[in-house]
Amino acid sequence: MSRPALATAFVALLRRDFLLAYRRRTELLQPLVFLLVVITLFPLGVGPSPQLLANIAPGVIWIAALLATVLSLDSLFRSDYEDGTLEQMALSGQPLALIALARIVVHWLVAGLPIVLLSPLLALWMNLPDAGVPVLVKSLVIGTPVLSLIGAIGAALTVSLKRGGQLLSLLVFPLYVPLLILATSAVSAAVAGLPYNGQLGLILAGMIAALTLAPFATAAALKLSLS
Amino acid sequence: MLSVSELSFERYFERVFEPVSFELGAGSLLLVTGANGCGKTTLLRVLAGLLEPSEGELLCHTPPLYAGHNPAIKDDLSVEENIRFMMHFMGRRDSATETGLCQRVISKIGLAAVAQQQGRTLSAGQRKRCSLSRLLFCDEALWLLDEPYSNLDQEGIVLLDDIVREHLDAGGCCVMTTHGSLRPEGFELQECRLRSGRYQAAWQAA
Repeated sequence: MSRPALATAFVALLRRDFLLAYRRRTELLQPLVFLLVVITLFPLGVGPSPQLLANIAPGVIWIAALLATVLSLDSLFRSDYEDGTLEQMALSGQPLALIALARIVVHWLVAGLPIVLLSPLLALWMNLPDAGVPVLVKSLVIGTPVLSLIGAIGAALTVSLKRGGQLLSLLVFPLYVPLLILATSAVSAAVAGLPYNGQLGLILAGMIAALTLAPFATAAALKLSLS
Repeated sequence: MLSVSELSFERYFERVFEPVSFELGAGSLLLVTGANGCGKTTLLRVLAGLLEPSEGELLCHTPPLYAGHNPAIKDDLSVEENIRFMMHFMGRRDSATETGLCQRVISKIGLAAVAQQQGRTLSAGQRKRCSLSRLLFCDEALWLLDEPYSNLDQEGIVLLDDIVREHLDAGGCCVMTTHGSLRPEGFELQECRLRSGRYQAAWQAA
């Protein structure tokens, strides 16, 4: 048996996933609309006082980003699992970690990156002071890949369950806690005029660790789900 | 190429099927028959390596090509896009670069008229054909085909028989399941009649 080269297979998978994402683009919009709605609800719920909103802005935006990501995670491997594609890909002898990495990359580009791009608008809505906006964007740029990477492990573990979505959120939210703490503290520090590089550095370290380890953990979880 | 002795698989501590033994060399075809629910698909999944055998020995000298009940067709991709992806991901090494291979496969498998249609619009038989198109651009020597005739029309059955015959003539081997009504025509074949596990059979009789 011989197989197309690793790079050919990886590119083919990326292309297929982008094409699928494009064909299902309404599904991709849902988490983003959800994000916008959650952020819109806050001034209505806690009161429109500019100072109050500015204080809670980093936390609210990050929590909304977390929720929106988890919403889109469940579909990461589900359709491939249900129609037998995952099984075929696993049997093909191409490394499962490669499949996981391709799915994660596409997930971040279609679910994480739009959150990053929307974040200045969200910051404006929440009256986040100008000093905090660049740091919020930076924290999201390096933080949202961590959401996709860690979330993929949970998605792979729960893919064989009929309603894995709720279990998935229970599994991954605790793992997101350190990221949430670091990111909101970085933004708050920037607003207060304090140094924030330490927090961003830690998030970056977390991202690199997740990038190197999560594809393998996801592959192991997929193997478990398939047997 | 494939050698199996006293192989069985347990689910919840019960045998799904009674132990089977067979030996399969180059150019031979094994037909696994049996009633619905007697474990044909499970046996094939064990042979494919998707499940671990609980008893017996399985010696497989070559990685298999497994075509199961799940067609592995994406509803949102066209037939051509589906086949092209499979070709680039799990075809033989040169299948990704060979020009015109995709078109040839599509016309050989009889889907030229619907090549641009999305997967969701295909009939069950067309799905089956699309899924079986893998047989034309992979180079595994051992094929594991689970109910390959289901949903195929007469023309499709003849086509599949031809493809399998070509494969066997080239020195490959093939394990095929069927619940009885449709069988490969004009092949020299071994037959393995599968029986469901003892307890399950007793439970079903009760």
